[in-house]
Amino acid sequence: MREPNALIPLVPFERAARDALANSQLRRNLHKATTTIRAKRAAITAELPDWEALRAAGAAIKDRTLARLDEYLIRLEESVVSAGGAVHWAADAQSANRIVTELIARHDARKVVKVKSITTDEIALNVALARSGIAAVETDLAEFIIQLAGEKSSHILVPAIHKNRSEIRELFMRKLGLAELSDRPAALAEVARRHLREHFLDARVAVSGANFAIADTGSVCVVESEGNGRMCLTLPEVLITVMGIEKVIPSWRDLEVFLQLLPRSSTGERMNPYTNLWSGVTPGDGPREFHLVLLDNGRTRVLSDAVGRQTLRCIRCSACLNVCPVYARTGGHSYGSVYPGPIGAVLTPQLVGVENAASLPFASSLCGACYQVCPVSIDIPRVLVHLRGEVVRGKTGLGALLSPERIGMRGLAWAFATARRYERAQRIARRAQKPFAKDGWIVRAPDALSAWTASRDLPAMPPQSFRDWWRANR
Amino acid sequence: MRISLFISCFNDTIFPETGRATVRLLERLGHTVDFPLEQTCCGQVHFNTGYRQHALELARRFVRIFGDAEVVVSPSASCAGLVRDGYVELAEESGDATFLAAVRALIPRVYELSEFLYRRLGLEDVGAYYPHRVTYHPTCHSLRAMALGDGPLRLLRAVRGIELLELRDADECCGFGGTFAVKNADTSVAILADKIRCVLDTGAEVCTAVDNSCLMQIGGGLHRQRAGVRTVHLAEILASTAERAGT
Repeated sequence: MREPNALIPLVPFERAARDALANSQLRRNLHKATTTIRAKRAAITAELPDWEALRAAGAAIKDRTLARLDEYLIRLEESVVSAGGAVHWAADAQSANRIVTELIARHDARKVVKVKSITTDEIALNVALARSGIAAVETDLAEFIIQLAGEKSSHILVPAIHKNRSEIRELFMRKLGLAELSDRPAALAEVARRHLREHFLDARVAVSGANFAIADTGSVCVVESEGNGRMCLTLPEVLITVMGIEKVIPSWRDLEVFLQLLPRSSTGERMNPYTNLWSGVTPGDGPREFHLVLLDNGRTRVLSDAVGRQTLRCIRCSACLNVCPVYARTGGHSYGSVYPGPIGAVLTPQLVGVENAASLPFASSLCGACYQVCPVSIDIPRVLVHLRGEVVRGKTGLGALLSPERIGMRGLAWAFATARRYERAQRIARRAQKPFAKDGWIVRAPDALSAWTASRDLPAMPPQSFRDWWRANR
Repeated sequence: MRISLFISCFNDTIFPETGRATVRLLERLGHTVDFPLEQTCCGQVHFNTGYRQHALELARRFVRIFGDAEVVVSPSASCAGLVRDGYVELAEESGDATFLAAVRALIPRVYELSEFLYRRLGLEDVGAYYPHRVTYHPTCHSLRAMALGDGPLRLLRAVRGIELLELRDADECCGFGGTFAVKNADTSVAILADKIRCVLDTGAEVCTAVDNSCLMQIGGGLHRQRAGVRTVHLAEILASTAERAGT
């Protein structure tokens, strides 16, 4: 049996969102967390007079790299190999999981420690490892919480954003068998710290993601806040890094731009506490073996779309999630994909094909707040609308052609094609609203508009249109 | 100046008073207003919902009707925004170089109403009188797509008799989003609930904006709750004078 794909929503967004919206604890947790990070980001980016120039530089570097991605990836491979590492190419999730599982099996390890690895969530690596009898221990504090709860991440940077302190306290007490525990952040962190230390010390293999990889030198970069990543990256004998192919950048000079953009956009900090960089292996220092798995899994498909390819600039900062009016209320699980929020709504359908995530491009009011904060200027509203076009174009079955929406849109376009038809349609609509309108308002509308009047009144059309007034008065 | 008015199908059909106010205001300021009766819809609903072929047909129609205008003014930021950004996309996609050139030539002459007043005409005081407590909601398209900044607020500050009240979290979406309001009605209303709370907290009796679509969302929610706050398009406030006061 095939595993459920970690990117493909099981239910349409609007259905999943309905349940999330009704969860008042979730709403409260999300509101508090997103407004806090949002304010921090706004303050810290405002400090830099050249912020807009930095954004433009970030976008330009990514575009330049993506335009010659094949060359940069081969250069990266050469650099990693000459620094003593190994490079593996994975076309899809299955092949990446097979590569990683075989590497771990070769060292006869039954356990791996993991850090910073949304990419391994994308390929559902933990599920594949479990099938081969290998336990994966998440060491990022929030990932650890999620794993303990048996849940899925709901945010790119803050995977446990949907949980508050007292929920985490209860989880720790229940799962780790503690009789007493305070909900102070320091006390909660201490519990996780003690638990994870043992894993750091006896795991022989670590699996990580990557924020950037530098083609010139083969250096890989992981930024983090806790130091758990550094232990994963330095203590075990073998390090396996799984990285999407779009993470490569040409040179160290380019890294300078992103190390300014990323922490300010993601956590609202001038600099992240830990910046880990390594190039291959160094005898007597850190892992003795380093493997870099380069993952495509739909990325070259994204690259082939002239409008959609800007999505691959994404550096996973999650600023777009925190400012999104939709995400801040529905949370990440409603998106049904490892990648939630505005960036997820454009990335997921492109990675898996719009037909497999058709509700996501519509999960946005197109307010543009995401585009405004994106550190690499991804025009998310434009890509959303572009993908909506792809969804409509892709639905060619009889059912789709006869759907009320399709018929309505065709009818409107037909009416708007001449002023005569349009004015006739206005008159018909005014007559048709009569049974529903009272005192200038429609309280209960039929069909598609009933979704509007379920919780909002609808102004009725006045007897005289503007154009009728114009004709009569000018 | 000879101004061609693009009213938008939405205003024409549901909010004709906004159109009448726009005409009164522009004529009071000494301009000639022309209303090409051939106009229908800019294609925004089709464009934003993914029906690009229909949107392209309506874009061609718009450019045919308004191509020769001295200036085109619209009391709808989202419609003006579509012409400015979306039409270029559609024209590029169509591969029709002549149409793309026509779009590019027209765009610099297309304005949202408040933008026309304060950017093109350099006005802040348009001689309006409106003795009410008002809060201003900057709509997403006016703020982020059209980058109107505080232009509409400057116009409002110069209105006599007005008491302007600041809206908390003003730059947050109201949850309308076109077909989003129906396709994702639950999320749309959840966003609206917070906007309404902020509007009510101001103590204003009127909430204004430069898009009637957003005002229909906010006003529809306020009216359902019998909150006692009405929504009024900016054009109607600016058209209101001591001699002929608007509501």
